[in-house]
Amino acid sequence: MIRKTVNSAEEALKGVKDGMTLMLGGFGLCGIPENAIAELVRLGIKNLTCISNNAGVDDFGLGLLLQKHQVKKMISSYVGENEEFERQMLSGELEVELTPQGTLAEKCRAAQSGFPAFYTPAGYGTEVAEGKETREFNGKMYVLEHAYKADFSFVKAWKGDEAGNLIFKGTARNFNPCMCGAANITVAEVEQLLPAGALDPNEIHVPGIFVKRIFQGRDYEKRIEQRTIRPRN
Amino acid sequence: MLDKTGIAKRIAQEVKDGFYVNLGIGIPTLVANYVRNDISVEFQSENGVLGMGPFPIEGEEDADIINAGKQTITTLPGASFFDSVTSFGMIRGKHVDLTILGAMEVAENGDIANWKIPGKMVKGMGGAMDLVASAENIIVAMMHTNRDGEPKLLKNCTLPLTGVGCVKKIVTNLAVLAITPDGFELLERAPGVSITDIQKATEGHLVVKGDVPEMRI
Repeated sequence: MIRKTVNSAEEALKGVKDGMTLMLGGFGLCGIPENAIAELVRLGIKNLTCISNNAGVDDFGLGLLLQKHQVKKMISSYVGENEEFERQMLSGELEVELTPQGTLAEKCRAAQSGFPAFYTPAGYGTEVAEGKETREFNGKMYVLEHAYKADFSFVKAWKGDEAGNLIFKGTARNFNPCMCGAANITVAEVEQLLPAGALDPNEIHVPGIFVKRIFQGRDYEKRIEQRTIRPRN
Repeated sequence: MLDKTGIAKRIAQEVKDGFYVNLGIGIPTLVANYVRNDISVEFQSENGVLGMGPFPIEGEEDADIINAGKQTITTLPGASFFDSVTSFGMIRGKHVDLTILGAMEVAENGDIANWKIPGKMVKGMGGAMDLVASAENIIVAMMHTNRDGEPKLLKNCTLPLTGVGCVKKIVTNLAVLAITPDGFELLERAPGVSITDIQKATEGHLVVKGDVPEMRI
């Protein structure tokens, strides 16, 4: 067994530098690497390019990095929940690249799986396809999209073991699996870090080969963005 | 004329037994409430769940179980969770039978715009571009005109496009329309709405064939 465990977020983020490109898992505030984000804020690392489906809310998730002006460029599919984000974007302080959600996921997966690029129909005929190569297959038009290149990816799982194997819970899985192994160094934080052998190999969502460092996360807030409920009766 | 609930009720009639359905945010979300309960349907949410159920009972909400609108949800027996690559594989691979989404503008050739108003609103396309580029059965739920009474069913979209030539059917507060090579074909009128009312509220070419029946809700 190859051990991937490190003792803290501090140790897990060793080597993260100004100007790097980071992938961050999560959809909205669901399944985000809360500990890694907190450590990025504490370290005050700047000029970051962040690949993440969303940009958090004003005071949580990636919004915390935006507040401190640590982000130079965001690559996301939907950023509608963050007023500070919109302000920085409209004022030109923040560079933004909007990418269709499925394309964003696939650009991560391509990086993970050794594909330099792929064709997708998403965005054909729209401004997303401007300047990109297009090609017809079986009478339908497709856009060539390239794999991302990133220095670190930060993901969050429910359970993990010393070997870096990961299991996710519910819709907190989202972009986390495709970001594992898609950057030079993948850092996984987990709610429960278990000894090797504690997880059933049949149930693993992401094999440890895709994870470089794993650590036991702390103090998860797991904030709910839209609390919708129905009456008991 | 229909309200938003009426639009949702009419679209619910388009949901057939055995369908996997993706519902967008807004009016489309309401459609789930009005699908007949004697048919089997599974709702997909592109953030990674099939078999979505109703909102949770207070106290049972789980931060790890949400829909694409970031709302807390529940799952029904037979449900599954999956990652974003798998989710868009279902969509791109045409495994989802019906996509229902909102729009700011639809053109008579089936173009749709719903993600950006230059200089005013830039929230992003989320999964909408993937959905409209691949789905073969797309129904748009929208109001026929904007708040100023201006048509949203146009000859050409004026806003940045989400997809080209992809919309098949539109259900508005005034009518049900199909996109055909000749333009918007009027299929049904909302209760109490005349063909003239619909013509006045539509900028694109409206095709009227014979007596257009009133919707049954």
